[in-house]
Formats: sequence, structure tokens, C-alpha cells
Amino acid sequence: MEPTAEQLMWMYENMLLIREYEETMAKVYLEGKLPPHIQKGLAFDIGSGPVPGEMHLSAGQEPVAVGVCAHLRKEDTVVGTHRPHHFAIAKGVPLDRMTAEMFGKATGLGRGKGGHMHLFDPEHKFSCSGIVGASMPPACGAALAAKKLGKDWVAVAFFGEGAANQGTFHESLNLAGLWKLPVIFVCEDNKWAISVDKDHSTAIRCDADRGVAYGIAGIGVAKNDALEVFKAAGEAVARARKGGGATLIEVKTDRYMGHFQGDAEVYRPKGEVDELRKSDPIPSLAGTLRARGMLDEAKDKAIRERVHGSVTKAFDFARQSPYPAPREALEHVFA
Amino acid sequence: MTTARKLTMAQAIVEAIGQEMERDPKVFVMGEDIAKYGGIFSATSGLLDRFGPERIMDTPISESAFIGAATGAAAEGMRPIAELMFVDFFGVCMDQIYNHLAKNTYMSGGNVRLPVVLMTAIGGGYNDAAQHSQCLYGLFAHVPGLKVVVPSNAYDAKGLMIQAIRDDNPVMYFFHKGIMGLPWMAYYEGSTTEVPQEAYTIPFGQARIAREGTDVTIVTLSQMVQKALVAAGELEKEGIRAEVIDLRTLEPLDVETVARSVMKTGRLLIADEHYLNFGLTGEIAAVIAERLDQIALKAPVRRLGVPGVPIPYSRPLEQFVIPQVQHIADTCRSMVEAKLARAA
Repeated sequence: MEPTAEQLMWMYENMLLIREYEETMAKVYLEGKLPPHIQKGLAFDIGSGPVPGEMHLSAGQEPVAVGVCAHLRKEDTVVGTHRPHHFAIAKGVPLDRMTAEMFGKATGLGRGKGGHMHLFDPEHKFSCSGIVGASMPPACGAALAAKKLGKDWVAVAFFGEGAANQGTFHESLNLAGLWKLPVIFVCEDNKWAISVDKDHSTAIRCDADRGVAYGIAGIGVAKNDALEVFKAAGEAVARARKGGGATLIEVKTDRYMGHFQGDAEVYRPKGEVDELRKSDPIPSLAGTLRARGMLDEAKDKAIRERVHGSVTKAFDFARQSPYPAPREALEHVFA
Repeated sequence: MTTARKLTMAQAIVEAIGQEMERDPKVFVMGEDIAKYGGIFSATSGLLDRFGPERIMDTPISESAFIGAATGAAAEGMRPIAELMFVDFFGVCMDQIYNHLAKNTYMSGGNVRLPVVLMTAIGGGYNDAAQHSQCLYGLFAHVPGLKVVVPSNAYDAKGLMIQAIRDDNPVMYFFHKGIMGLPWMAYYEGSTTEVPQEAYTIPFGQARIAREGTDVTIVTLSQMVQKALVAAGELEKEGIRAEVIDLRTLEPLDVETVARSVMKTGRLLIADEHYLNFGLTGEIAAVIAERLDQIALKAPVRRLGVPGVPIPYSRPLEQFVIPQVQHIADTCRSMVEAKLARAA
């Protein structure tokens, strides 16, 4: 399946948007967290600054999000992971309210009650979870609901290669195979489950091979490339929409940043990230677009300006938004 | 016109689910052995024949997957009922319950609605030992975001189940095996009651005064209500009039009804089949202790529950740790005799 020109440009622009968003967040996140602004003796204070708490950024993993979401409609459900920004952006979650959530502001998606690992946008049918392996059961449920409602909607569960060793993975794949659910399981193999590399956690090389055990199709994408992901996801989404059941996709992708911001990455071989960045999927897609005559200097500049404008606007919105009143902590336990 | 007939608690639950499934096509049931078998404790008996396998779904033994799927389907507007066979099995799927089902509404700032009923069997008394006899509702009531329903009889079971299905929030519904009226397990006959044919609801957070009295308040729930009623009948012969309060729901908890009763009797016994430590009995004692500026106690508060041990298998051991009618009656007698220490 080949992407249309419109889909190609959408993927390119969204990859740029994700990258700029994550790089901006990496900078903003450090505000107020370093000496001399923190308690004496600390090297870093995770609870300080405008965006406190853990922060897991997805730079390098953009192809997975855009290659899959390029096939999705608003009614399709996406359940993401603890590293969720690229999925949320590609699914169309509004940047301003998402950013405000990470700033803990009243204008955030969850009025400041969720934070960056717990983004809920029912309008764009996006949610995520801070628990490894938790995306798959609810995605099966969304797919089951679509079937029961007689819709051709699909559901996507994203997860990392570490989560493929959780019980939920195996339970969900079996359920999806058994009930022929319109769900697509997308494994981001970035090689690292925090500090444990896949060679030390998983007995096989490609998690897509596990699909056969549950009677569902498995597709391995060996390259961190938006077009390759697009192709695999296109096949999977088409199968799901037609009532052909679930697919398990594994994409070999790259994590450019730490597991969380502030991670010293002592476990990672020196120079690994520099090496990975040599095959950055964004310039690679730009090259393809140029070769096809779809992108030139002026067009690229216009896209980058638009992206920069969106990110700046979102962070400004978040900074300027008010905090919720402390007593709002007692609200919304129940609907 | 109300047409009531006597139903067991299991029959009342089935009737409630069936009526709601007729009313609302978005209601469906899934769980282990709930279709052809009709539920190990008969809570879905006969529903497969009426509604078919699309709405009465047997699942693989994959509690994380199907309970998580219930959350996912509810977020899309469905109203799933999932049965977890024994509450003791929650250990394999607790993450999907307490980290997701219970928290997603809150973390979304109220934007996500999860109308899921998760029903499960509780309780011992039939020698099934430590992994099939617990109550554990206190554990779920401890976690914010779950409504907790624990009926004691067929009438309440039906009204509370319909209320649960219509609620837009996750509801944990706990039925005690020893009051379901199963043909293969002894049960307290007081739990089999007149039940109106038509659908009705019982609001959450309204305790029921199961028996009125003036001398001692017994706060209890589930099968223990039936035990307390038997004990109260014995005490009556001795001139001790016990008031029995059936909490019906733990979240929300009807503190007012409990407080009013203790204000009247001046004596509080909390009788529970759950573990004694850090649980329901302590919670009720605490909320009353916080109101001692309005309540004059005549005796120290007493608690009955399973002491800090797993439920043992052997009959004499099990009967010893699970509070029985005799324990309730004896404790009430001692409370009537007891005196409070005087402040120096």
C-alpha cells in the first residue's frame, strides 16, 4: 500500500511536530530542576519546575506513531503507553490541552489530575497508561464494542518490546484471535526496557513471530521508517475494518533520549545514540519527498514554521493557564 | 401492581440482569463459565438461552484481558457486566481494576465514564480454604473510584444490581455464596425473600435497618446480616433488643444511619466476615469515634471479624475464625454488662 501525497505530507509534518514537541519538552522539563535552584546537595530535583514528575519522551520513535495513525479515523481508538506524546499528537489530540495537562493546569485534558502518562481525550478516542502492558486489554474492549455496535472502527494498542513479556500481551492476543477483534497490536521495539536490552529479556528476535501462537497475523517492520510502518499498518487496518481480525506488528525503532529525562543511561553503550541518529527517519522521509518533487526549501521552511508555531502556542497556553483550586482534588472520583 | 414471589438471591440477580438486558441493548455479560454453565454460582443462569452468545460471553481464563476489555468497551459506551468467579482470584488482574477501571475517570478530570459492573463471589463457611473463601470487599472499598455493593438478601440483590447496571461508574458487586440459595450449599433462608417481578432500584448509600432494637446496634452486611438476625432473635428471648443494620453498600457508606442507631442504643458491635485488621470494622468504629461529641456510648465498641489468619480448611478451625451466630449473641450479652472507664 502506497501513501497518497497528502498522507506523505501529513506524516512528514507530524514527525516534525512530534520531534519539536519532545525537544521543547526536554528543555522546559529541566527548568527549575537543576542547581542552584534546588535543595543543596541534590544533582536534580524531579518534583520541581513547571513540569514536575517523570517525563518519558519519544524522539526517534515518530515513524511508529505516524505510520499507524495515518490510517486511522477519528472514531478509531488508540491506547498508548507511558511514553505517549507521539501517539497522542498523531491521533490529533489538541496540543494546547495536552501540554496544559503536563503543566498540571486546570485547562489540561484531565484538569491536571493525570499528567503526562495519563492523557485522556475521549473526543479523539485517545488514552494511555503508566503501567507497562496495560494498553492491550482496553484496546480489545474498544474493538469488541465496535463489533457490537456494528461499526467498522478499529482499535490500536501500542506497547514496547518489554511489555510483550507481560501476561496482558498473551491474554489479549488470544482474546483478539479467538473473537476476531478489529484490533492492531503495535510493538515498538526500541531495544531498551528501561536498562534491560531485548537480548536479555526476550527469547526471540521479533515479537511479530508470536502472532502465529494466537492465530493472528504478524508483521515485522525491520526499519525505523515511516513508509515501512505505513505499509504494514495499512494491511493490518484494512484487515481489521473488513472483519478479518487482529494483527500484531513489531517495529524496530530507536529511542534517542533516556528512559526518562534525567536518566544517566549508564547501561547504554557510549555513542549508540549518535550512531542511531545517523539514520534519523525525519531527514530520510524528507529525502524521499524531495526526490519525488513534493518538497523544496521553501515548502520545508513553511512546514517547520507552522510546526514551531503550534508548539510555541501550546507551551504558551500551558504556562498562562491557571492551576486548579486545591479543593478540585476531591472532584471527579466518580462520573 | 406488584407481583412478588419468593426468589433466591441467585434468581434475583439473574432476573435483574435479564431485565436490564431487555431494556438496554448495550448491556452484555462476560466471564468464565457464565454462558452454558450459567455461572459457577448461578448468577447468569438461563441468560444464554434468552440472549445468545453475542451478549452472554464465555471468556478464556484471562481475567486481565476480559476485565480490561470491559473497561475499554465501557469507554466506548457499552455497559459490560464482567464476572470474576471468586474474589480471591483478583490477584491475577488487580492492575486492570485498581489502576485503570478505578482511576481513569478521575485522571481524565471526569471526561471518561466507565459503566462496568464487576461481580464476584465471596465468603467461606463451606470448607474451601484460604484461596476460595475470602471477602475482600474492604480492599476494593479502600481504593477510591469503585462503588462497592454487598447485598444480604434477594430483594436487595435485585434492586442493587439494577442500580449498579444503570450507574455510570465502576461498581463492584459482591455476592456471598452462602446466601445465594444454591441447591448444593447450605444457606441462610432469610436471604430468600419476596421479590417484585418488575424492575426497581435501590439507591446506593442507604443502609437498611433489618431489625429494630434499643439496646445494642449490630452493624453488618452480606451473609453476616442473616447471622445477626438469628442472634437478635435469641437475644430477644433474654430481653436484649438488638438493632441490626445492613450496610448494603460500602462506597458510598451510610454513616448517618449507623450514627443515629448508636445514638439510640449507646452500644456498637460491628460484625464482619472480612479480616479484622485494617478493615471495615475499624472504619465503622472510627467514624463513630469521631462523633463521640454527639453520641454517648454505654459500652466500648466491639468488633467481630476474621482474626489475622488466612481462612483455614478444617471445619472446627474455620468455624472458629469466622464469626458465628453464637459469637454475635455472646458479644452482645457482654456489651450489655460492660461499663465504660471514667475519665480521671
